Formats: sequence, C-alpha cells, structure tokens
Amino acid sequence: MGEDYIKMWENLGIDLENHDCLLKALAEFYQQIYLSQENRPEGMKYFDFVVSEAHGLRIKELLEAKQQGKKVVGVFCVYVPEEMIRAVDGICVGLCAGAQIGFEEAEKVLPKNTCDLIKAFIGFKLTQVCPYTESCDLLIGETTCDGKKKAYEILNKLTQKVYVMEVPHMKTERGKELFLKELFALKNKLEELSQQTMTLERFKEEVKVVNEKRKALMRLEKLRSYDPAPISGLDALLVNQIAFYDDPVRFTQKVNELCDELEERVKKGIGVKPKGTPRILITGCPFALPNWKLHHMIETSGAVVVGEESCIGRRYYHSLVPEDFSSIEEGIKLLAERYLKTPCACFTPNPERIEEIQNMAKELKAQGIVYYSIQFCTPYLFEAYQVESAVDLPFLRIDTNYSTEDIGQLKTRCEAFIETL
Amino acid sequence: MRILGLDVGSTYIKVALFENERLTLLERDKTSYQPLERCLQYIHKYKPDQVVATGYGRNLINNNFSNCITLSEIKAFAMGAHFIHPKVRTILDIGGQDTKVISLDEKGKVVKFEMNDRCSAGTGRFLEIMCKALGFEIEELNQLDLDEEVKVKISSLCTVFAESEVISLIAQGVPREEILKSIYFAIVYKVVSMLKRITVTEDFIFAGGCSSNKNLKKFLENQLKIRVITLEESPFLGAIGAGIFGISQIKR
Repeated sequence: MGEDYIKMWENLGIDLENHDCLLKALAEFYQQIYLSQENRPEGMKYFDFVVSEAHGLRIKELLEAKQQGKKVVGVFCVYVPEEMIRAVDGICVGLCAGAQIGFEEAEKVLPKNTCDLIKAFIGFKLTQVCPYTESCDLLIGETTCDGKKKAYEILNKLTQKVYVMEVPHMKTERGKELFLKELFALKNKLEELSQQTMTLERFKEEVKVVNEKRKALMRLEKLRSYDPAPISGLDALLVNQIAFYDDPVRFTQKVNELCDELEERVKKGIGVKPKGTPRILITGCPFALPNWKLHHMIETSGAVVVGEESCIGRRYYHSLVPEDFSSIEEGIKLLAERYLKTPCACFTPNPERIEEIQNMAKELKAQGIVYYSIQFCTPYLFEAYQVESAVDLPFLRIDTNYSTEDIGQLKTRCEAFIETL
Repeated sequence: MRILGLDVGSTYIKVALFENERLTLLERDKTSYQPLERCLQYIHKYKPDQVVATGYGRNLINNNFSNCITLSEIKAFAMGAHFIHPKVRTILDIGGQDTKVISLDEKGKVVKFEMNDRCSAGTGRFLEIMCKALGFEIEELNQLDLDEEVKVKISSLCTVFAESEVISLIAQGVPREEILKSIYFAIVYKVVSMLKRITVTEDFIFAGGCSSNKNLKKFLENQLKIRVITLEESPFLGAIGAGIFGISQIKR
C-alpha cells in the first residue's frame, strides 16, 4: 500500500506501528494461502485487488463519501439490514474481525474464555488497527449472543458510538413483533444520524441494490455445485467476505463477471481440482476476514469446500426481500420477515438451520460435513449435537480458534476425514 | 520392490520395511530435534523404491524427499492393524502427543474416528510428565505390579493442572505408586469418553507407544470390560500401515 495512505491513517488515529504489523502479516498470509492456489479464475483478480487495497483505496472512498455528508455505519451481524442504512445515504461496513490481533489488550477487558471473534473486534479497537472502525459514525450492535451483547457495552465505552438493536431469541409472533419494532426504532436512529428522512423511492431502490448483491452470491453458490468445482472454497469464501465492505453495486457487477467466467468453465468441464475430488460443506460460526484457516486446511488436504452454511455464506444471502411494496412501513415489515428467516443458533428452537444444511448438502452435492465452531461459542457448540444426529453424511466437528497452535492435530483430523469419504 | 513406511511421531520415528510385499523389518528411534536427518539416514540405509510417510513429520519428509507419498496417521493405523490382525474393529492409539480411537469395517476401512484437540491430556506426553514428577523412569513402569484399587483421584486432565495436583499429593505423603494408579485411571477415563463417541467392539487393539505399558492395559481392560489386544507390532502399526498403503498405490 502506497505512502500516501499513511497520512490518511494517521488522521484516523490508527496506530501506525501496530497497523504495519497487521498489514505485513496479512500480505504474507495472503501470498501463502491465496496466491499459491492453482487454476484460479481470472475474475478473482478484482477481489485480490480489493483485499490489497482493503485498508487503502476503500478507506479513501469511505472518507470521500463522508466529506459529501454520507455516514459510515459499522455492523457485526447479518440481522442488521443494510437496505435501511443505504436508504438514508449511509454506507454499511462489516466490522467482525478474523485475526488474533490485540488479544493481550482485549483480555484485559474481556474474560479469557470469550470467543476469538469478539476478542478480535475489541482487540482491533484497543490497538487502533482497523481503519473501518475508525471511519464509522455509528456502530450497530445487536443482542444475538451473550458475549457480543456484553462486549458492545465495552465497545461503547471505548467509542461512544454504539447503538444496540434488540434481536429476539424466539421466532414467535411476539418475537416477530419485537423485531419489527426494533427496525422502526433503527429507522429513527438512522434518520437522526443522517439528518434526512427516508423516502419510499430511495428505500425501494436500496432494497433492489442489496437484492442484486444477494442474487449474485446465490449464483456463485449455485456454480459451486458442479463437479469439478469451477472455483475453490477459499476464493468463494473471499468473495463472501468482501461482500461486507465493498461498494455493493460494483461488487455485484464483479461477482456476476466472475460467475460468467465460471459458467464458461463449467461448460468446458474446467475445475480447480479434478472431477471426483471429495466435496465438503462447512456449517457453523462466521468466517470474518482474514479467517481462512479451515478452508485452507481442508483444501490442502485433498478436498474442495463447496458451500458455507454460515453468516459469511448462505445466512447472508438466503432469500430476497420482495420489491413490490407501496409504503415504507410495508417495506420494513417485509424486511423484518426476510431477516428473521435467518437461521442463527442464537434462536431457540432453530430447526430451520438443520433444514438449510440438509438442503445445501443436497444442492451442492456435498459428501461430508465439517461442523465449525469457534471455541467458547456456546450457541453453535450446542447445536452440533442436533445437527450431527439429523444429517445423513460423514460428519467432522472442529472446535478451534484463530491461532495456529492446533494446526498439526487439525490437519491430521481433516486428512483422515477426507480419506474416509 | 522395497517399500519403506515411516511413521514420524512426536517422540519416536517408527520404520517398517517391506520387500516384495513381505514385512521384513521393524525399527524405531527417538525423533529428537532432527527428524529429517534421521529419516534420510533410514532411506539411505534401506534404499527403498518408494517411501511412504505418516505421522506429524509426514510433510517434512514429503517436502524434502521427492520419492515420497503421505497419508494420515488414522488411515495408516487402520491399514496397519488390519494387515497384522484382520479381525480388528477398534483401535486405540496412545501416542506421544495425541490419542486416537478408530472404528473400522471388515475391510479395514475407517468408519469413524476421534482424536484429541490441541491439548496433551491423556497422551504419552501426559504420562511422561507425571512420571517425571513422581521420579519414575518410563522404562521401569512395567516392573511395578499395581493393583486396580484407586485410592486417590486426579481430578484434572490438563497436563499443567494435573502436575500440580500430583505435586500436592506427594506433599500430602501419598505413596507414589498410588498416585501413578490415579494417573492411569485419569488416562483411561479420558480414553473411555472418546471411545463412547465411536462404536467399541471386541477385537480391540491397543496401539502406539503407550501400549507396551502393561499396567495401563490392565486398567483399560478393567474399565472397558473387554479383552484388549496388544501385539508385538503395536507401536509400529502406523509405519506398517504406511508400507501397506505404498504397496496398494503401486498396484494401482
């Protein structure tokens, strides 16, 4: 990244020394994990570029937009509707973090047995390494799991910018009502922040924009169902990760271009790995950028990852919001219905998730399921039992964190699992 | 045709040599800090047509020696055990740094397996560290004749915590043989909980470095209430399996 960004980072209050360590580690990781892959589609070049400019060009874009009066809103969860943020001229960025940075600092304020996802976003803040967090005018938290809920209290103390919306834990009528009320309250909050009133026209426009993004990601997922797989799980994961912070219109176009290329590959029978390579579906916790550990491990052990039943994955684009509404109220209602369909393990009971896994396994022709939980993530750790008993495929549980200390054992387990398929 | 199976473990390198599909030699040596050099010595000594590596160091050998293929320890143990004892259906391997349980079908194919995560609870390393605290040499463990009545309990399986428990038991004046029994009990307890997640049947082979410990075997049989088979080749099943895998690959 160019010299000219240093001033920009400095102005944002980034700790340049810490930040430099992060960028160096990232570049090295990226080289090792991504650029060493074979038969990558040409269309991945754009996403390589976006990653290389994640803390550069994209931040510059955000800051320019801010100068034009736009607000940058950070989110941590797929239950927060991007459409509403965009409808008041806001820009939505995902802030979950996937690297072990600032953990020593984070552990001063968080219990040690907190999941790495939470430790990372608090650690990023405490060590001042994330230009996204620093660019935000508002951080929207949500009441999904206990760890996040309590961490937002601390994050607010550190930033004074956190707004928490309540997400119910049951999909009853009362739960749905609560969620709808929360979306209306969020609308007020966003209008207050942006100093503008949401119009029906803009709202409808943005519902369309986000739907188009989802459609492109659905299209990408569908292309992964072919054997040989035209794209690696790692590359598809990266596209899904970038979905959370790139400009959605540009992103959608680039994903569609990638899909055009993949369609050609499918027609010609070109794949990233030979036909007949064992196919894995991953289900479980989110994979925040740059968490590539599990995909890398599986794909260097002789298999290909064909789908993610995860927040970075199917839970992000599972369904569309109907576009034909005639009032903001009606639109928000449709939004609430769509978002509450998301089958997160924070809900009880959560049979929809099992259905989703079964459907995905069938659609993507998976031969084995890897159940991924981040250490100390109670909801997903618990659901492993129900999922394992419900699915009819070979099943491997991986309970891990962002560190590399368990790579040896995990690699043996992944290899052995893949050998049995 | 000579095939060399290498099981590069955390504590020992195990070697199995096959000549014209016949197992002709088993050998082992401490892994030390130079596993690659040690393996290359074996390769030079036996001049195999094909090297097959398994165990933690499998990729180290693979990356530094061109004529090498690899497989996971799980599959290697399954193939090795099936070759030596075709009726085997369950394998327990307590090695230096991990413990594995494997359930296989009648053809020797892995049906299900469980393995410890990152921590060394209930592994050979765990036993080694506890023995050090108790002043026992690993070699002298089989000279002890221990009864199975466990009088004190170690409540932690974490190597670090268990070690402090052992030290506090010593300070309380508990005889070290009693403490050793509680350590065996703790290992077996951990193993049984892993075994519960797979199907355990008769024709149960105890493999890996710890399988030569007769007291541990006795504790295990007592808890599982089945006959546990240990073989002369038990520590070498991974290396043997690697050799068998090599033979099967060449036939293809």
